[in-house]
Amino acid sequence: MAVWARLAAPCGWLRAAGLLGLRSRGGAARACCGAAPLPALRSAHRLPPWRLRVSVADCAQPSRAKGEACAPRSSLPVAVKQEQAAPETVSDLSAAKLYEDWDDVPPSSALEEISEEEAVKIIADPLLPPQSSTLRDYVDHSETLTKLVHLGVDLSQVEKRQKDVGIEDSQLGPFLTKNPYILGEDLEALETRVAYLKSKKFGNAEITQMVSRAPYLLLFSVERLDNRLGFLKNELGLSVKKTKDLVIRFPRLLTGKLEPVKENLQVCQVEFGFQRNEVQQIAFKTPKILTASKKRLRQTFDYLHNIMGIPHNMLTRFPQVFNSKLLRIKERHMFLIFLGRAQYDPTQPSYISLDQLVSLPDEVFCTEIAKASIQDFEKFLKTI
Amino acid sequence: MEKTKQWGWSPQWRKCCRGRKRKNTLHPHKERQHLPVAAEQNRQRWLFAVYKPPGVAWNRVRDAVETRLLRELNAAPAWPPRSRIRFLPAASAGPPGLVAVRVPVLAEHRLVRGPRFTQLKIGAGHRLDVKASGVFVLGVGHGNKILSHLYNCHLSKVYTVRGQFGKATKDFSDTGKLIEKTTFDHITREKLERILAVIQGTNHKALLMHSNIDMKTQEAYELAVKGLIRPMGKSPPIITAIRCLQFALPEFQLEIHCLHETQQYLRKIVHEIGLELKSSAVCTQVRRTRDGVFTLDDALLRTQWNLQSIQNAILNCQLRVKTEIEKTMSHWDGTCAPGGTSTSPLG
Repeated sequence: MAVWARLAAPCGWLRAAGLLGLRSRGGAARACCGAAPLPALRSAHRLPPWRLRVSVADCAQPSRAKGEACAPRSSLPVAVKQEQAAPETVSDLSAAKLYEDWDDVPPSSALEEISEEEAVKIIADPLLPPQSSTLRDYVDHSETLTKLVHLGVDLSQVEKRQKDVGIEDSQLGPFLTKNPYILGEDLEALETRVAYLKSKKFGNAEITQMVSRAPYLLLFSVERLDNRLGFLKNELGLSVKKTKDLVIRFPRLLTGKLEPVKENLQVCQVEFGFQRNEVQQIAFKTPKILTASKKRLRQTFDYLHNIMGIPHNMLTRFPQVFNSKLLRIKERHMFLIFLGRAQYDPTQPSYISLDQLVSLPDEVFCTEIAKASIQDFEKFLKTI
Repeated sequence: MEKTKQWGWSPQWRKCCRGRKRKNTLHPHKERQHLPVAAEQNRQRWLFAVYKPPGVAWNRVRDAVETRLLRELNAAPAWPPRSRIRFLPAASAGPPGLVAVRVPVLAEHRLVRGPRFTQLKIGAGHRLDVKASGVFVLGVGHGNKILSHLYNCHLSKVYTVRGQFGKATKDFSDTGKLIEKTTFDHITREKLERILAVIQGTNHKALLMHSNIDMKTQEAYELAVKGLIRPMGKSPPIITAIRCLQFALPEFQLEIHCLHETQQYLRKIVHEIGLELKSSAVCTQVRRTRDGVFTLDDALLRTQWNLQSIQNAILNCQLRVKTEIEKTMSHWDGTCAPGGTSTSPLG
């Protein structure tokens, strides 16, 4: 009598059957049959959860079983509804014992013995769809993908990039999500680059920080990195130490394009009328300005300088106002004007500093700076 | 008509439904999107109002609300993953063999399939242009259908409009290109109110004309008593009431009740008031304080664009929306209803 499992794969079931040690007495002549999980699955779905009967003693291995223990296709995709998420060993329990209260015939188990005629009738779906637009269908069967998911790689994002995940490497999960290309790089090249960075006297922790914030950093060749560091140093006119500091805090400067950086510097100097040393100070304190969009910069500067009347030296002292949202600045400024507390000159009494204006959360801003309640602020917001 | 347009505005919706518009099927890997509301409330009127700040386009407001809602929905705990039986070699020292192990199905893991909700159908009611601010009605899911019913009710909207005498610009607002400057010392509040009365009178005639009602019938009298005389189809912009709230030269503030208007039309009205008063005026602020049944109190500020506040706002407004639609539709169903829809909105 053939002992078959109700399997779902035509291609893998033979190996799987061999794996389980569920030998067919008739040998591989049953190759023609596949399993028909569809009717079985549907019935299984309607049935309450049940446990498989596994007899370890039965697993007298045929030769290939051990070797194929880890093969991706050795799984039995039996659809069983369970709640537990962690892998757990299923203790054996016969189906009959579980359902002794039930009047119906006990539901069929995946490992139940069925007659050969039935086995012939079972038709299986292919286990792995030959073509799929997502990695979802493959993730259960590919060890690489499974390990990546366990590392925390967001495969849905990787899919959007439409690149294969190639060689395995030991990197951080989110890092891989952003930069799957790194897996295609040579290990030696990566090591050279890290050595170069070390030679420029970036500490280990700093290098890790830079790499995690700008995942593409290690993809750049040594000459390119060198060129960029030199360019930044020349453009900004800062000392080596300050440039390094800047790059550690904002490594995206090195990986982004260089023309927008140059243009932003020009905008600051020519259009806004900052002096060169002021531009250097601003760029050092808030390097994000160098990669911000020019239109947004212009709008923010226009409101700050022309409407709020803040002079250049104040803006140089608090460049973080350029990073905040214009709408937020507008609302808070108008509220302060309405209360008559819009005083940004440090020489005058009841002075309000710009960084407090933008960085504080709403409640603190209302109580401390504006000395009003948050309900008043909300009512005011509905009148502008 | 808002109805045909409101589905196609969002770029994400367009991208997702390319080629599937006619079949009305979902992308095979995306879930059907539903807000977590109890089943018995499924057929309710899911409308709420937000306060649109000035200087922001209305579709950005809509997208921002959608992004925040999606973020909160995806942060909610998901179903525990399905698991399945795999036969793996026994790890510990023991008889070598295979052990049935229950492993979670990774295909349903969040990192593999992506976030559970990727898109929400949020439709917008009467739009506001970039410089205007105020009550902006949005509808979620089933509320989108109710939006079109509300549109067909042709309810009036209330605006507060601030103007300033002495300047005239090309686009009638204070940020436009300056055309001329005039004096305004001769203007008094009485003159202004006289002009406003004239405007209201002419618009009232237009209102009666476009409502297609014979004024000499009993039915017209009943409608007038209930306040239901309004054009139930397309018509040019009509001002049903206009009055002056504040007058402090050179600035003034008006309250305008209107139908089928645009904000630029209101700015043009301010400009024309200036011309009538033998001066010139520009509009400094257009703010919608009421859109049909949604008032300023119902509008949610940016800090309140989260799931809980939106659900509360929806529940608060449901009854009012329902009564208003019933009131309008029940009257017009009996008589001829120009511009109404054939499907019943209540149900």
